[in-house]
Amino acid sequence: MSPSGAELLRRIKSQIDEVDPSEVHELIDEGVSIIDVRGSEEFATGHLPGAKSVPRGHLESRIEGAVPDRSTQVILYCASGNRSAYAARTLQDDLGYEHVRSMTGGVALWKDRGYEVEIPRALSAEQRDRYSRHLLIPEIGADGQQKLLDAKVLLLGAGGLGSPTALYLAAAGVGTLGIVDDDVVDLSNLQRQVIHNTERVGVPKVDSAEESIRALNPDVNVVKYRTRIDASNIMEIIEGYDVIVDGVDNFPTRYLLNDASVRLKIPVVSASILGFDGQLSVFKPYDGPCYRCLFREPPPAELAPSCGANGVLGVLPGTMGLLQATEVVKLVLGIGDPAIGRLLLYDALGATLTEVKVHRDPDCPICSRDPDQITDEELGVFPDYEAFCAAAG
Amino acid sequence: MATIKIPPVLRASVGGEKEVGASGENVGEVLRDLAASHPATESQLFSADGELNRYVNVYLNDEDVRVLAGLETAVGEGDTLVILPAMAGGS
Ligand SMILES: [Zn+2]
Repeated sequence: MSPSGAELLRRIKSQIDEVDPSEVHELIDEGVSIIDVRGSEEFATGHLPGAKSVPRGHLESRIEGAVPDRSTQVILYCASGNRSAYAARTLQDDLGYEHVRSMTGGVALWKDRGYEVEIPRALSAEQRDRYSRHLLIPEIGADGQQKLLDAKVLLLGAGGLGSPTALYLAAAGVGTLGIVDDDVVDLSNLQRQVIHNTERVGVPKVDSAEESIRALNPDVNVVKYRTRIDASNIMEIIEGYDVIVDGVDNFPTRYLLNDASVRLKIPVVSASILGFDGQLSVFKPYDGPCYRCLFREPPPAELAPSCGANGVLGVLPGTMGLLQATEVVKLVLGIGDPAIGRLLLYDALGATLTEVKVHRDPDCPICSRDPDQITDEELGVFPDYEAFCAAAG
Repeated sequence: MATIKIPPVLRASVGGEKEVGASGENVGEVLRDLAASHPATESQLFSADGELNRYVNVYLNDEDVRVLAGLETAVGEGDTLVILPAMAGGS
């Protein structure tokens, strides 16, 4: 005579090991694999922290993807502890997993005990549509898009470089864009600063940029800093950002940003432009060289035309700004080879890209030391620079 | 004869050229040859004591001469020197 359902369950449970939620709670950060065998809709309503979803109906085909090593400790759970018991028997007897246990009482008992559940975030239908071309790329996908939506990127300057960078990062769905700029839109900006427009001449650049970003992608939270970055406010402004995009037009701020970002270990995607030429590099503190490793000192005024207003081909900041945006996306997603330890030199007239190596300087005044040894007084300091710029007018 | 790539800020000193040729056995000699042909570059490249200015980076092909032998680094026929001061323009 065939056993009843209840009898079968009792028999199965006698053949497997079970584990109480309190023990699972203690094991959760200890490298055990926790597998949720409920359906994917149930998983979406909340699951144990770090649990992977392998619905029982797909157990045989998907468990190896989730737990490739059969000697791993595996804990299975479901809603009440029954489906996970069957699943545990399958893993143990049919698939050869050596250390399988089923959590008693399932997620219901887990919650009764007051333990935390994670609600997986899902892209909305609109987001799935908006970012569909990202979702189709295996290197990005839904997880990568979520990383972009969670990312906080700070743009120093909403000018030539900042304009295209901000627009494309907003379009890509970078969730928080901080923008630092104290300037207002001028007619002479519009030859290249494409985030602004003719109607907004005279409007603060941070407000104008926010308006364009909002119109492009309402997912993006814009944080505006209508100020000039200096030694007194830099630490406060940049702290908490994942990546900083340097498009500032003067050396003092570039050195200041370098020193503060090394101290806070925030990577900086740096570019500069002049005439028909552009430079780009990624400074990732302690993984690669910093700006001071590359340029030990700023040049004197006659070789630093950035002190004043200079000519630039209008499309060049577009090219360089989008190379920056690309590096930001790569850093956020953790894909590809960012330009760390390399300086790219773009010559628009020649249509050439040259690359030179950048090494960490063992005597670097900033990044050869521990971040907590870098003092407030040292940030952005170098000899006589204010005088140089003043002389250049 | 090595090729020297001239950065935008120095081009006025070499008659607007992006690349010029110069001769020498090592980096120092090649740059001295450049300075002899285009005297306006001398003070931009070299400090009063004859060393490279600290704000000028020089690369032999793609390598920083600071990690090679500095001004003593040997230069072959067909090598390219890149002179690179920092640029700060962004707006
Ligand atoms: Zn450094």
